[in-house]
Amino acid sequence: MSEQAHHTSHSPLPYLLTLIALLFLTGITVGAAYVDFGSSTVNIIIAMLIATFKASLVALVFMHLRHDKPLNSIIFLSSLIFLGILLGFCMIDLGSRERVYPTGLRKVDPPPTAAPAAAPPAAAPAAH
Amino acid sequence: MWLFLATEILMFGGLFVGFGLMQGVYPEAWVAGHHHLDRVLGAVNTVFLLCSSFTMVMAVHYASTDQKSKTVMNLGLTLGFAFAFLVVKYFEYSHKFHDGLLPGRYFNLAGIGGPPQQAMFFGFYFAMTGIHGFHVLIGIALIAWIMIRANRGDFSSAYYTPVDLVGLYWHLVDLIWIYLFPLLYLVS
Amino acid sequence: MADIITSPHISGHADHHDVDYLHDGKGLKSWLTTVDHKRIGVMYLWSILFMFFLGGVFAMMIRLELLTPKETIMSAETYNKVFTLHGAIMVFLFIIPSVPAALANFVLPLMLGAKDVAFPKLNLFSWYIYMAGALIAIAAMVTGGVDTGWTFYTPYSTTTDGSVALMTFAAFVLGFSSILTGVNFVATIHKLRAPGMGWFDMPLFCWGIYATALIQVLATPVLAITLLLLIMERTFGIGIFDPKLGGDPVLFQHFFWFYSHPAVYIMILPGMAIISEIIPTFSQKTIFGYRAIAFSSVAIALVSFIVWGHHMFTSGQSQLASAIFSFITFFVAVPSAIKTFNWIVTMYKGSVAFNAPMLYALSFLLLFGIGGLTGIFLGAVSVDIHLHDTYFVVAHFHYVMMGSTVIAFLGGLHYWWPKMFGRMYSEPAARIACALVFIGFNATFLPQFVLGSRGMPRRYYNYLPEFQALHQASTVGSWILGLGFLIMAGYLFASLRKKMDAPANPWHSRTLEWQTASPPITHNFHEVPSVGGGPYDYYRPVGTGRNA
Repeated sequence: MSEQAHHTSHSPLPYLLTLIALLFLTGITVGAAYVDFGSSTVNIIIAMLIATFKASLVALVFMHLRHDKPLNSIIFLSSLIFLGILLGFCMIDLGSRERVYPTGLRKVDPPPTAAPAAAPPAAAPAAH
Repeated sequence: MWLFLATEILMFGGLFVGFGLMQGVYPEAWVAGHHHLDRVLGAVNTVFLLCSSFTMVMAVHYASTDQKSKTVMNLGLTLGFAFAFLVVKYFEYSHKFHDGLLPGRYFNLAGIGGPPQQAMFFGFYFAMTGIHGFHVLIGIALIAWIMIRANRGDFSSAYYTPVDLVGLYWHLVDLIWIYLFPLLYLVS
Repeated sequence: MADIITSPHISGHADHHDVDYLHDGKGLKSWLTTVDHKRIGVMYLWSILFMFFLGGVFAMMIRLELLTPKETIMSAETYNKVFTLHGAIMVFLFIIPSVPAALANFVLPLMLGAKDVAFPKLNLFSWYIYMAGALIAIAAMVTGGVDTGWTFYTPYSTTTDGSVALMTFAAFVLGFSSILTGVNFVATIHKLRAPGMGWFDMPLFCWGIYATALIQVLATPVLAITLLLLIMERTFGIGIFDPKLGGDPVLFQHFFWFYSHPAVYIMILPGMAIISEIIPTFSQKTIFGYRAIAFSSVAIALVSFIVWGHHMFTSGQSQLASAIFSFITFFVAVPSAIKTFNWIVTMYKGSVAFNAPMLYALSFLLLFGIGGLTGIFLGAVSVDIHLHDTYFVVAHFHYVMMGSTVIAFLGGLHYWWPKMFGRMYSEPAARIACALVFIGFNATFLPQFVLGSRGMPRRYYNYLPEFQALHQASTVGSWILGLGFLIMAGYLFASLRKKMDAPANPWHSRTLEWQTASPPITHNFHEVPSVGGGPYDYYRPVGTGRNA
């Protein structure tokens, strides 16, 4: 349960500055999308970094996390950590399907080329 | 409330994880697909939501300092931005439908050409923006309710918790869009 | 607690000034609009017991069908629906809410010395959500049923006929009931402990419920999105999981098991929490290794999140991922073993009484030992390749879910029955029922280990004649089990017809819920209890403590 964060100085200035920063960062994000950084992975990473920075501003300032009790920050971060676990292990699976024992099968089935009936599922052994 | 927000993060996060994993499997389709999303409209929506977060936190601020009329005004502005967001979304969706880009089995590749796995990209697009839009609708209802209560004088510097909580919810909706926007519209 | 400071006249029945919670307000409406955690717990109790009965009927039908190798009483399609519904009802409508929503709702605030949970109205709302989910599930059953297995694996579940969308939507709704209960309990434990009760002064039941609530909050949302995606794939054809559309069915399994593996710990942790209460009480001795058990609960909760792939060793998951999941799975045994050894040592040199709750706790020790160890067997990839989807797995999870969780639930039910309803049940009848349940359970499921290791696949309607003898033994066992439950229902309902004669503390326990009347007044305690000393200070004489 969040508690009301009581600040002694009640100026709304931080909020305004944060909004300006957020809008500025949005502009940068859009601009960065037009720049080719080499590989698409780098593009994704840069986009995610900027997004994370924006998200942190919203969380810390707008959602008052920086004045709130630390437990709430821990709750917030934990949810992200567990999400990371889901993503991480799935990526290990999907990324290594061929590595230890190459089977010649693709990671997932190829999409149907002509008629849907003509493409039997080749790669995914269905569990019962 | 933060516990509830954590559950929302995990729920949306699942969608993000699925999206990211499938992007690794079909990178060309993802690139082709997102070219058909309008970056300008997406950026405009981002601006709307960021501004709405600002007016929301101002509303909380004014509620905590006993300034009733400014509270109501800022809540109203938040609603305005939220509605603007939905209007833009309406235009985006109708444009997609017009091009044949519908979710799932209603997807018609002929409208745009390119790799067939774009069907999956758009499946994710509609699922993610759809569920997000649903949360925006709920947020609108909550903010409207808070606005009515604020107008009635229910809140003061001694008690403004509901405004604070609805604010937290609304900021979460904004947070999700902060990630949705680059992932869907911008990555190439 | 060894010593609490409350009003001195705690008698067996309620004072004239305060009515007990059962009689505080009459009529259906007073129950349906209550925010009293005790009443909500009782409402949950009847709901889940009904669901247990329903799921049990389906179980009996399964065992009847398996009496002969070919068709016995139903067609193959019907059989698929029956085992699916048995699983779905038992998992989503009975076991997951059982201890948390029915028992913990009642007991947790009492144990903490609180008047209610942190969010009483949310508690009532959670019950209504549960009922809505139950109604939707029943609707799914009567409009065609589901034949996918309770795990809803794709692509079968996205393409088969039947009320899959309705049933998964029911599970989606039930998930929110679970999430909100978890949120409520975390807040309650953080905020509403009695003055003087620090984290390490509260009963271990609370630690178990806390760990469970953490899992409920973190894991259930992923199930929610998984089921939502499944429904969208069925209705719109968004092909994330269907290979024909370019999707990955193993991805569904990743998402599904990311919730469902922690979910099984939502099932067992509260069961273990009950055992941690029963054993000290009926040994009249302090629990051995309080902190070890407390930390083990949280450790189990955390480790449970990183082992889900052990359900997918044969599904097409990469061998690297399988190896990693298998390796981590072995670690879950450590905190579980710590708890088991601590419970056993607690009894050593204690003054052990063999009332029904203790008999259930002792059964738990044996049955959880078997269930947990067979889980470790299955956690080894090489062994699982042979045993996956055989009756060995079926036996394993019934030993942990039924032999452990349900047994612990029954132990808790008998333990707290006098507190909840103010009546004592018939102890001889209870012991007979416990014996029948124990014998019947083992007779049903022990043969299934053998069946599985010899190759009998699960969810199969037909089987080779060489398996018939063991199947028949298992079915006879299920009848003994059913008889035990019938007797149990008999004496428990009979006890409700008696007048309220239970003392406040029939088991001479030291935890706070026993320091108030049986059944408690609506606000639980006449005065806010103030706590000194630990929750199991049996070595201190009654009436002394750190504050005396």
